[in-house]
Amino acid sequence: MKKYLSFFRLRFAMGLQYRAAALAGIVTQFFWGFMEIMIFRAFYRTDAAAFPMTLSATSSYIWLQQAFLAFFTAWMMENEIFDSIVNGNIAYELCRPIRIYDMWFTRSLANRLSKAVLRCFPILIAAAFIPEPYGISAPAGPAHFLLFIVTLFLGLMVMVSFCMLVYVLTFFTISPQGLRILFVSCVEFFSGALIPLPFFPDRIRLLMELLPFASMQNVALRVYSGSMSRGEMEKAVFLQFFWLIVITLAGKMLCKTAEKRVTVQGG
Amino acid sequence: MITMEHVCKSYRIAKRNAGFKEACKALFHREYETIHALSDVSFTIHDGEMVGYIGPNGAGKSSTIKILSGILTPDSGTVLVDGRVPWENRIEHVGRIGVVFGQRSQLWWDVPVIDSFALLKDIYSISNEQYKQSLEELTELLDLKELLRSPARQLSLGQRMRCEIAASLLHRPRILFLDEPTIGLDAVSKLAVRDFILRQNKTAGTTVILTTHDMQDIEALASRIILIGKGRILMDGTLQDIKKGNDDIDRTIAELYHSYEIG
Amino acid sequence: MKKIKASIHLYLHYISINIRSMMQYKTSFFLTTAGQFLVSFNVFLGIFFMFRRFHSVEGFSYSEVLLGFSIILLEYSIAEMFVRGFDCFAGIVRFGEFDRIIVRPQNEILQVLGNKFELTRIGRMFQAVIMFVYGIAKSEITWSFSKVITVLFMLIGGISVFSGLFLIYAALCFFTLDGLEFMNVFTDGAREFGKYPVGIYGEKILLFATFIIPYALIQYYPLLYLLDRRTSALYIFLPLLACLFLIPSMLLWKFGVRHYTSSGS
Repeated sequence: MKKYLSFFRLRFAMGLQYRAAALAGIVTQFFWGFMEIMIFRAFYRTDAAAFPMTLSATSSYIWLQQAFLAFFTAWMMENEIFDSIVNGNIAYELCRPIRIYDMWFTRSLANRLSKAVLRCFPILIAAAFIPEPYGISAPAGPAHFLLFIVTLFLGLMVMVSFCMLVYVLTFFTISPQGLRILFVSCVEFFSGALIPLPFFPDRIRLLMELLPFASMQNVALRVYSGSMSRGEMEKAVFLQFFWLIVITLAGKMLCKTAEKRVTVQGG
Repeated sequence: MITMEHVCKSYRIAKRNAGFKEACKALFHREYETIHALSDVSFTIHDGEMVGYIGPNGAGKSSTIKILSGILTPDSGTVLVDGRVPWENRIEHVGRIGVVFGQRSQLWWDVPVIDSFALLKDIYSISNEQYKQSLEELTELLDLKELLRSPARQLSLGQRMRCEIAASLLHRPRILFLDEPTIGLDAVSKLAVRDFILRQNKTAGTTVILTTHDMQDIEALASRIILIGKGRILMDGTLQDIKKGNDDIDRTIAELYHSYEIG
Repeated sequence: MKKIKASIHLYLHYISINIRSMMQYKTSFFLTTAGQFLVSFNVFLGIFFMFRRFHSVEGFSYSEVLLGFSIILLEYSIAEMFVRGFDCFAGIVRFGEFDRIIVRPQNEILQVLGNKFELTRIGRMFQAVIMFVYGIAKSEITWSFSKVITVLFMLIGGISVFSGLFLIYAALCFFTLDGLEFMNVFTDGAREFGKYPVGIYGEKILLFATFIIPYALIQYYPLLYLLDRRTSALYIFLPLLACLFLIPSMLLWKFGVRHYTSSGS
């Protein structure tokens, strides 16, 4: 465990280094969030009755999405991992007394956490000063806030474990690029990154909510402002645990098979 | 003929302190440090000379080459290369010089070398005849026949350097700047490159200015050596002047650096 | 005249060598192209589903929104295809490749443009063309010569504005390589938020997009003309006015090059 922890620390510190990039990222994301909200405002002004959640809850959703972008963007995968698989450097990693899956998992987790830590607070604080209903409002209650934190981290873990699945599947393909593109588009569409899931027509939404993609950002961002019923929340958290376990196990099993292949074929 | 007179060049480099607070401060106010890359540098190089330009890292070698090739504008002093001021009329000037950066490539990575050459033909507006003739000569002299059809990424460092040199000579420049042309090459390639440069200088009369850390290069090529340190010319003479009877050139240079306190 | 011909010839030579390089990696090429398509297809899906719920936004119908989006996407992808060399300019400066450009007897801009021709952007263009055709078919526009000209001017103006933005980004690389990601707001952001007519974002954004970076001149105002909401002939020529944006961009670039040759870094 200790070695993974030190690996985590190393990666975390590395992520913290790029301050100018973080500053630029904050500005970009703040602008992005603002523009998104302007779109929803325009729709709200056109037809308020068709809104599936309140405008203020939608704004909170978007600010949280921007603040924790580093947790949930699909394209933030690590090129080094892809490269090491494609060019065979992975053989070196296999020589170390360390489990590849766990190491990469730690590394991805640290990377996303470090990026988000730098960026989330400035965005959230600035968004708090924006007047209702366009800024971020307070959480629906202390219990909701607690559940928000829990589901946020569960969502992050699901995201990372899904990325792991993509890394590991790379062993079995010739070019990782195609897999990655497919994965990124699926996450964008199904996770609620594009438009929050409640905005989809009900029948499609019910199906989408069962998919693992809905266990990423969707749950936490909606729990925060209380736009889910108690039953919905219970189901969502259960699904988060379910997908986290299933995807992690699948990833670990595939990783074992892949490792065997590498050692047999010599990379 | 190349003349540099009283050329000075200094840079301002932004100071960077650690810490988030410092980074924020730097957005509004920066502190600068001035570095004198060249102070009062003067020399003259005649047509057909071959000059080794040496000095430790950061001495001002590459600043000089950059000024002569029009990349950098000096703060003061006059520079004339065949009657032209390099940084004025850039396009006219650079059409008549050749530059080889030893550490960088000008060949397209994924297409056959000959395709990169064909593009250079258009970039330098070389006539068909002259291109054909130059290509034939260079292929022969640098032994490129087998290499021209392969993409640059498949060539060894030595093979690639031979192609790089050919690429810089297709337009038949009167002056050739070589920035560490033998860096990282194996013994065979080094010898081939040196032989070629020597021949190019002797038969075509190309003026060659060469920077290098490889003292064997200097020994094999340069009849004249300019030593620069901390932005000043410390010595300008022949190899014999420097050696003074000492046989080991590396040791001589090391002693020289030491005596000027620039090593 | 001869010089222009030679420049065009050289540029075509650059394009051909770019394509030959790319064809060394065919799989990668096709996948990247498909990816470009999918990314903007997703944005389209977002609009599609929003309009399943809402039937118009600020007076624009679904097909009218798609028309506005497709034109800006087309402008952007064409600009990106040709001017991509500036988009990866940070690398050119960082690895000293700009020195090489300076020691060659050709215009710097031409060489940077030639450095990268991004054919994969036809993926995005393809998406734009489909939406454009669909938008035209559904929006019941009565086409006239002046409207065709307007679309043409929109393309010219749009390509100029985006090229200008890429040029500004590249010029900034001469001064700093840190934190230039914020420029994405103006390039990627315009592509992303151009999915709706600029007017829906409120008055302040519209003012910005009219006078500072003229996105509205290449999308919103001429779109109003195409949809017969405005009839003044002035609206036909507004997109051409946007080409003026290239002037400050070019000046900044020139200033950047001068800074580079005086600091050498």
